[in-house]
Amino acid sequence: MIVSDELFTPMRKDNLSAEAIVRPQLTYWQEAWLRLRGNKLALAGLVIIIILGVMAIAGPIISPHDYAKQSMITKNQPPSAENWFGTDDFGRDVFTRVWHGARISLFVGLMAALIDFFIGVLYGGIAGYLGGRVDNIMMRFVDILYGLPYLLVVILLMVVMGSGLVTIIVALSATGWIGMARTVRGQVLQMKNSEYVLAAKTMGAKPFYIVRKHLLPNTIGIIIVYVTLSVPSAIFAEAFLSFLGLGIQAPMASWGTMANDGLPTILSGHWWRLFFPAFFISMTMLAFNVLGDGLRDAFDPKTRR
Amino acid sequence: MLSFILRRFVSMIVTLWLIITLTFFLMHAAPGNPFEKEGKGLPDAVAANLNAFYNLDKPLIVQYGLYLQNLVKFDLGPSIANSSDSVNKIIARGFPVSFQLGLVAILFAIVTGIALGVVAALRHNRLIDYVAMVIAVIGISVPSFVLASLLIKYLAVEWKLFPTATWGTWQHVVLPALALAFSPIAIIARLTRTNMLEVLTAEYIETARAKGLSPATIVFKHALRNAILPVVTLLGALIANILTGSFVIEKIFAIPGMGKYFVAGINNRDYSVIMGTTVFYSTLLIFMMFVVDVLYSIIDPRIKFHGKEREG
Repeated sequence: MIVSDELFTPMRKDNLSAEAIVRPQLTYWQEAWLRLRGNKLALAGLVIIIILGVMAIAGPIISPHDYAKQSMITKNQPPSAENWFGTDDFGRDVFTRVWHGARISLFVGLMAALIDFFIGVLYGGIAGYLGGRVDNIMMRFVDILYGLPYLLVVILLMVVMGSGLVTIIVALSATGWIGMARTVRGQVLQMKNSEYVLAAKTMGAKPFYIVRKHLLPNTIGIIIVYVTLSVPSAIFAEAFLSFLGLGIQAPMASWGTMANDGLPTILSGHWWRLFFPAFFISMTMLAFNVLGDGLRDAFDPKTRR
Repeated sequence: MLSFILRRFVSMIVTLWLIITLTFFLMHAAPGNPFEKEGKGLPDAVAANLNAFYNLDKPLIVQYGLYLQNLVKFDLGPSIANSSDSVNKIIARGFPVSFQLGLVAILFAIVTGIALGVVAALRHNRLIDYVAMVIAVIGISVPSFVLASLLIKYLAVEWKLFPTATWGTWQHVVLPALALAFSPIAIIARLTRTNMLEVLTAEYIETARAKGLSPATIVFKHALRNAILPVVTLLGALIANILTGSFVIEKIFAIPGMGKYFVAGINNRDYSVIMGTTVFYSTLLIFMMFVVDVLYSIIDPRIKFHGKEREG
């Protein structure tokens, strides 16, 4: 067989298609979402959180009962068509109270996490970015605060400020931001000295541009994970305080106070009064923890656990 | 090394002083007078006597000085709710009970947590691994007071295996210690499992295998040693977790420990008891963390002694 030139066709030179082996470019968020989507457990957590959030808003509205209305006739009723989760020892509807409690517990958790986020990112970011002596002083202060036993300080603040919704949030965030500040500072410090930031600096990038374009995007994953995980710990701390009698005051109720009120019922058999608040606390903690773990894997595939 | 310990010691003292000062001024900023809690005013002469007895008639800064002076002598002052009782006596009564409970709980948590983590890692992605991880997830998401109520309900009331509450024999320790240890077990098990999985793929483990060492030697002598190092760093936080957690557990099980007196102090607005307990527990915790840090630097010679660049 004669191999003639006609058998060959020149390949079209096309710069675009030559590079086409790469998969479609995805943004940071799209990639994180793709990885999160593959994590069934984390998705389940996300769905549970959404359901809990929707029910916290809708629950008290769809229920025909008032959360504070007492009735001695209908006290300690087991779950029924009339009272879906039964009634408590004042005849109040547990279903309505559980979702009212959800509003308060979720509000406390989200607010505390949000405040931790703002103070922590600002403090940690400034310390990490400025570095040197400022960082040294700021972090020495944080190290000392870090040594304080968290719940003891919160209890102390609650005793002094009196119980209430606002004081709980203040007390929780008074020491809650420290972990966030340490994390952000460590991350920023590490980022700041990396080659690509140095390169950006050499090319004349302004500090604000570096923060916005390099430092923030590279820290945001860890920050989101941290916020997600600090919501359940705030909810837990609130339940803990309410359990000691330092939390939300009647007739308002959080899951913690409801569980506390329901505690004697393990002996009397009115199980629904403890079961429902305890169940929803656990579900919330579970959902946020699972989602937080999933987010950690999604944002930082290197440290996959 | 020595300078590391010294630096940690100084920072411990500063932290201690800070919490004492914070506690003192916060307590004195608390609204109201502890003697007026029943709503009825005391006769002036009685009030003056009481104020003199508790040094409340002196300027705040003098009171602070006196408080510090007494603290150096380990005297936490008299109780406000009951003037014949001192905070020292209350701690002497309550702490041994709490200590016993806490010690059992922490030992149980460490042994079970590490065992669970190691087994889960060795049987990675098999049934026992999933069981261990389910336990870990439950331990992290179920609050201790819920767990405690479940334990009472089933193990004590229904099956009558253990007494429901109070204190005395060893059977009384089991349920509260279990409730208290559960979340630390979960944390330790998770951490141990992660580290074990990482260590088991290391090359020196491969070498050990190639040398024909027995699996037991490999696991205990080579893998576990390195895998549990991070658990040591967690110890301080876990002790704090168990100490404060026992406030709630003692309340549920009606155990006459520190938690009981502390909660009673909160309810009676007995400021000197709250202050004394806080100072006592903070001192204990901060000292434990100091010990853990020093221990860690001895166990792991790779640790930097600068203290500054600790991982957050």
